[in-house]
Amino acid sequence: MKEIKIKTRDLSLFYGPKMALNSISLDIPEKEVTAFIGPSGCGKSTFLRTLNRMNDLIPNVRITGEVLIDSLNIYDRQIDVVNLRKKVGMVFQKSNPFAKSIFENVAYGPRINGINHKAKLEEIVETSLKKAFIWEEVKDRLHDSAMGLSGGQQQRMCIARTLAVEPEVILMDEPASALDPISTAKIEELIFELKKNYTIVIVTHNMQQAARVSDLTAFFYLGELIEFGKTKKIFTTPDKKHTEEYITGRFG
Amino acid sequence: MSRKKTITGGLFIGATAFSALLIIAIIIILLVVIIIGGKSTFSWEFLTAFPEDGMMKGGIFPAIYGTVLLVLIMSVAAVPFGTITAIYLTEYAHEKSILAQTIRFAVRTLATVPSIIFGLFGLGFFIKFIGTGMDDAFLGGQLKWGQPNILWASLTMALLTLPVVIVSVEEAIRTVPRELREASLALGATKWETIKRIVIPGSRSGIMTGTILAVSRGAGEVAPILFTGAAYYLATLPTSLSDQFMNLGYHIYIMATQSANVDQTLPIQFATTMVLLLLTFTLNLAAVIIRSRLRRKAK
Repeated sequence: MKEIKIKTRDLSLFYGPKMALNSISLDIPEKEVTAFIGPSGCGKSTFLRTLNRMNDLIPNVRITGEVLIDSLNIYDRQIDVVNLRKKVGMVFQKSNPFAKSIFENVAYGPRINGINHKAKLEEIVETSLKKAFIWEEVKDRLHDSAMGLSGGQQQRMCIARTLAVEPEVILMDEPASALDPISTAKIEELIFELKKNYTIVIVTHNMQQAARVSDLTAFFYLGELIEFGKTKKIFTTPDKKHTEEYITGRFG
Repeated sequence: MSRKKTITGGLFIGATAFSALLIIAIIIILLVVIIIGGKSTFSWEFLTAFPEDGMMKGGIFPAIYGTVLLVLIMSVAAVPFGTITAIYLTEYAHEKSILAQTIRFAVRTLATVPSIIFGLFGLGFFIKFIGTGMDDAFLGGQLKWGQPNILWASLTMALLTLPVVIVSVEEAIRTVPRELREASLALGATKWETIKRIVIPGSRSGIMTGTILAVSRGAGEVAPILFTGAAYYLATLPTSLSDQFMNLGYHIYIMATQSANVDQTLPIQFATTMVLLLLTFTLNLAAVIIRSRLRRKAK
């Protein structure tokens, strides 16, 4: 068993009076892919967003319990959210390139970290784009607007942009749900490659995708963690009846 | 459909079409009258020369110059201040906080205050309070800032146009998608870095629209500058912030009401009106175009 990277303990989240996550305790191992599945509104995306404190941005959200990353509680008062987010990167459901050139998109994070040296930036941009399998497609038009890329290319560029900050964990919120099958396949291939160096947590609606890319799977339902274990086991011999019903498509 | 209903419907359509046509007709008549009245006087020289013969002849250059200078200084004051307020309201203030609601209420109220009140406020606050205070404190009571000048007029006008800037910039900031802010924050940017690098560049056209609308409003208003800096006639152009200035709108007012021979100056009045209309129309048109682009982008 690999080392545990992220550990949550009794994590609950409330939107105003409404409980959206009920006492979730979960261990996410390092350099593996952990998938969150479950029907819409089950809390899987909300849970993902607690791991880099993106929910801080939403008013009236209250969180109890702990999220430990490398044994540090990220909800501790002393934690710097900005540093946390550099360490825990995020790729969103809808690709969200800035209205800037491809180069400037990828260089955004490094620039914020104070890297302004041109050669250094060029190097970071190139390596990041290579890691995201998109370098060959864009190397001749780095200074064109990122808006001109196809949806799948935009998403891989957004992954490159995340990689440029050198995170340790990458959170992916349904990264391929808006893409065609070929682009989806590229993203999945990329996830497979990235897990050698990064801890990846992915939320997906697509059961086959979870089965293909993940090592571990967590099934959420109505804000509760129903079952968590090896993907193979979850998809073949789940312990809970509920999990089985969902996976076999009896409800969704 | 019954016959009666058809007739009522027809009447209604007729009434709406008539109202619409009436408005168009009024605008056309207005423009035609002004152009016919002013076209013989309108020339390059009219735009570039000083008034002559007690303003019966010559050009309106000082009034154009004064108007441009007025709106420039006004923009320098109103645009940054309005933009910062808009950023505070949209990005930092809690929607329901008392402070934010007070600011919004103040902005709405400011937009409905009659412009002459701004003029009086400018006179009382900028000239009598700040200006005289400055003279007393720095010049030993010698009169310099405690009288009407282009600075006080511009600042008074800035107060009047502030709501326009705030509302336009707020609207533009709201069109910056949440996804882009999240992307920036998720990359480890602070809130301020996100505002600086993503939100403000994304609302550039809104800031532009606000500025243009403010400028076109400021170019056309007369009441706020009546007591705060506009002059009847000046032989020289203003060279310092403490100088008075001539202004297009004020010039029209003066020539229509205070001139020795109102009828004789009619062509000049028409031509000046033409210049002022041309200026504000062009500015408004530019604002409309930029704003429609912005709205398209927001969809």
